[in-house]
Amino acid sequence: MMQTLESILAEHPFFKGLDPDYLELVTGCASNVRFDAGTYIFREGEEASQFYLIREGKVALEIYAAQHGSITIETIEAGEVLGWSWIFPPYRWHFSGRVFEPTRAIALDGKCLRTKGEVDHDLGYELMKRVAQIMMERLQATRIRLLDMYGDNPGGRL
Amino acid sequence: MTSTLPDPMLPQLYRVQHVRREIPDTFTLELEPKDGGEIPPFATGQFNMLYVFGVGEIPISISGDPAKRRPLVHTTRAVGTVSRTMSELKPDDVIGVRGPFGSHWPIKQAEGKDVVIAAGGIGLAPLRSVMYHVSSQREKYGKTVLLYGARTPADILYRRELENWRAHFDLEVYVTVDRVTDLWRGSVGVVTQLIPRAPFDPKNTIAMVCGPELMMRFTIVELEKRGVALENIYLSMERNMKCAIGMCGHCQYGPNFVCKDGPVFQYSQIQALLAKWEV
Repeated sequence: MMQTLESILAEHPFFKGLDPDYLELVTGCASNVRFDAGTYIFREGEEASQFYLIREGKVALEIYAAQHGSITIETIEAGEVLGWSWIFPPYRWHFSGRVFEPTRAIALDGKCLRTKGEVDHDLGYELMKRVAQIMMERLQATRIRLLDMYGDNPGGRL
Repeated sequence: MTSTLPDPMLPQLYRVQHVRREIPDTFTLELEPKDGGEIPPFATGQFNMLYVFGVGEIPISISGDPAKRRPLVHTTRAVGTVSRTMSELKPDDVIGVRGPFGSHWPIKQAEGKDVVIAAGGIGLAPLRSVMYHVSSQREKYGKTVLLYGARTPADILYRRELENWRAHFDLEVYVTVDRVTDLWRGSVGVVTQLIPRAPFDPKNTIAMVCGPELMMRFTIVELEKRGVALENIYLSMERNMKCAIGMCGHCQYGPNFVCKDGPVFQYSQIQALLAKWEV
């Protein structure tokens, strides 16, 4: 049986437990997308009009540095969320998103969601809480990486 | 009455059969008894005291397959005087070995359950014996997941074995690195980020964790968030072990001696100690 967009969204960890009425509203901003390996979903500096719930595959967040080429910051994989630049002005990507492995995802229109969140602040708050959770988890992971746990000198103390 | 048990303080002579450079600062020693005798049986997670004559003695986990006792296998990093000298040993050199000592991983308790093996850096070495055991007796275990984090792709230990395990249909192997080089197409991020991705039933899981203490602390937080009961989490502690039989007190950790009561502890046994600044 084919899954509906709404049921796919309901199963994704990002929207798990969301009120069914809100889920219906959110579904109106969603579409199914696929990306081939090697393609860029977005590039640094472009307008961040969407974000993605990854269902399958692997996407690398990259930054380009002259003389170093593309540097992978982190990979985003199944069950995870790609992008939060859609929620904060100036709505531009800070990194590029390059597909490492063929990826299936649900794309969510950022402007559509922002508008619905402004009209219904309960929905807006719910979205903010979920995005904040992702940001907190990424911040914690970044802090752990800063510790350089496997190096000879964890934390950089001399 | 005289005892027939060997003196645990008396090193047995072993000949270096092979030294393998795993990654730039990490090597594996394969040892055989100099007299051709038996190698004592060991349990997963136990360690030996390896003595480089004239230099010193250090504890190193046994990283070989418990079902294949020959040769005796240890992997370690060359970080101190003894381990650096050890890394320069050549085949036919002779070293002293005492052991095996200490507690072991809960492979019996894990039977019938999902098994999560979380390793960071050199912490994969004390867990390799668990992978050997579980992969050879798959029918006894549920889903088996290896989560491994390394600093960079060049620091990934036992790369060939990781690839072999990953090729098994009934083992899940997730590898991530903190920092990358150009050619890496695997996961990038800390090992804790692998925990939400991994397929296991947290209510029926035994987790075995080994790595730097910081890595283990953060890993435990994520395992707990996922719903693994604290009494089902085990970790291997590293302390300054000297006598290895709980006599000298060098490795005292609260009420425990890591050499005798550990190195493998149930997390709930040492939970209060892990958060303390000085123990």
